[in-house]
Amino acid sequence: MTGFTTVTGPAAAMPEENIDTDIIFPARFLLLTAREGLGKHAFHDRRYHADGTEVAGYVLNTDPFRSPPVIVAGANFGSGSSREQAVWALHGRGVRAVIAPALGEIFNNNCLRNGVIPIILPPETVAQLLGHAAAGTAFTVDLEAQTVTVAGHPPIPFAIPPERRLALLNGWDETDLVLARYADDITAFENTQRQTQPWLYA
Amino acid sequence: MKHKTLYEKLWDAHVVADLGADEALLYIDRHIVHEVSSPQSFVSMRKAGRRLRRPETHLAVADHAIPTRQRDAIDDPQAAAQIAELEANVAEFSVPYATLSGPEQGIVHVIGPETGFTLPGTTVVCGDSHTTTHGAFGALAFGIGASEQTTVMAAQALRQTKARTMKVELVGTRHPLTFAKDIALALIAKIGANGAVGHAVEYVGPAVSAMTMAERMTLCNMTIEAGSRIGLVAPDEITFAFIKGRRLAPKAELFDAACAYWRTLPSDAGAQYDKVVTLDLAQIAPQVSWGTSPNQTLPVTARLPDPAHIADLSERREAEKALAYMGLAPGAPLLGTPVSHVFIGSCTNGRIEDLRAAAAIALDRKVAPGIKAIVVPGSAATRAAAQAEGLDRIFTAAGFEWRFAGCSMCVAMNDDRLAPGDRCASTSNRNFEGRQGAGGRTHLMSPAMAAAAAIAGHIADAREYVA
Repeated sequence: MTGFTTVTGPAAAMPEENIDTDIIFPARFLLLTAREGLGKHAFHDRRYHADGTEVAGYVLNTDPFRSPPVIVAGANFGSGSSREQAVWALHGRGVRAVIAPALGEIFNNNCLRNGVIPIILPPETVAQLLGHAAAGTAFTVDLEAQTVTVAGHPPIPFAIPPERRLALLNGWDETDLVLARYADDITAFENTQRQTQPWLYA
Repeated sequence: MKHKTLYEKLWDAHVVADLGADEALLYIDRHIVHEVSSPQSFVSMRKAGRRLRRPETHLAVADHAIPTRQRDAIDDPQAAAQIAELEANVAEFSVPYATLSGPEQGIVHVIGPETGFTLPGTTVVCGDSHTTTHGAFGALAFGIGASEQTTVMAAQALRQTKARTMKVELVGTRHPLTFAKDIALALIAKIGANGAVGHAVEYVGPAVSAMTMAERMTLCNMTIEAGSRIGLVAPDEITFAFIKGRRLAPKAELFDAACAYWRTLPSDAGAQYDKVVTLDLAQIAPQVSWGTSPNQTLPVTARLPDPAHIADLSERREAEKALAYMGLAPGAPLLGTPVSHVFIGSCTNGRIEDLRAAAAIALDRKVAPGIKAIVVPGSAATRAAAQAEGLDRIFTAAGFEWRFAGCSMCVAMNDDRLAPGDRCASTSNRNFEGRQGAGGRTHLMSPAMAAAAAIAGHIADAREYVA
């Protein structure tokens, strides 16, 4: 994974609560076992009618929001199913940051693993950002500074846990990181647990 | 010494390394693997040239994409390829596997407990959000993504952020036809679909202590629909009795030693929670979801909301959108809403107790003409148990289809799915847009309520169908 620095561009406004991962990536596409090339299925049933024609006026069918680097959404975006395909599909469409008052927790973790920045901001702030996004104003997400800036407005701070931020900035793989740093601690934990809870090792 | 909650005890017992900022590297005791969320995890393992650190701590099964009409062939080539990929992966990486035609096949969250793989005091993960289910055993269980699965496979540990705690107290006496499903739906309607985000939820109270493991699992299962990854019930004698003798459960002295440890897990008297919610069960009627988010749920006797009378702008918009998708008229009564399909099953309500509750309504009655009603047991073992009790004959005599175990119409990845405009009375967990098939409309309810809807041909009050 390549490191994340900043991203600038239009933000798609999705002023709707509870946009779940079934909406982001319908279950029938989960039969695909690849993780690349999923962007074309993102929001499939919102973007297309049953006959395959585009739904006119839907934000992701409208220029310049077809492959937006940022999504601003209502509360609970990414709730529901744990499917990481939702994040792979967003990433595949070019999305690098998602801003909402609350995010699905598993989705949030999946974002952090895939170079998509999950940004949780107060509802009033998100309401303002939804307006700016709909107007097509450019957003800049700066992970180093942990700010979102709408062109012509003061930066808005957000927070990502320090170690996760560092990993995102450097494009580190979490599995590599855990094994490199904590292998001895894991072994020590197992040695103790084998003594105290032997039934877990029977 | 600080009084600790069950969650805090489970957390503390699994910290491998404190990472600051409320994060820790947690040891993972158990990982359940299914065909849909695991292929990319195995690819990552193979690419990195890694082996599983402790293969015996994983359990694999195919449940999501499999057919439930028969078990002889998988007609969908994509599903067949996905299951073949799982079978190749478990062979290559030496993962214990419940075969498709074997006695332990079933939905991940049904077979974990049934085999004794799920134990109190353990951490249990799975690439599936309904992993909350296993919290019913006093296990710290949560859903994870495919990348996290890779980390668990390689390192047996996972970075996690510590949750705040929420106590849900169930007080009062419930009606015999008010089930854990109704309680869960009523709770979500009360606190919202993100009402428990960031919290580990623990269910307490005499009503919880009196519940079977199946009902506790239903409660914990639905916790994700309130936005929380973690639902918990303290382990007790009912828990231990359920576990004892199961294939993977500790045996003899080890079982006694395990019980002694498990008895230390319940929250200390005086432990503090960040939030407390109380539900009076006497006030809870059978529940039915009417919208496209599980919090859009009402008592079966209620009328649908009228957006014109909703003051909050955002709530009004959500109601308008949901009513439009669901094809329902504002202010109309829920009772009498015609359905075209009935689905009884899933990791929420596919256990033997659920099938008994539905069969009690179906006994000596007929499914209404034109209704397609299917019963899909949560596991092969559940199916066998139901057949031994004659439940399959009650269902088939009434006109229900009796299926093989799988996720089926809860996730609509196989051929059990709704067509646009179909309306389903469903015992599953999600009424999301398109969840049971693109354009399909889902009403969540208990197995008794779904059976009543099948008999009536429309949404009905199960309390009027008591034999």
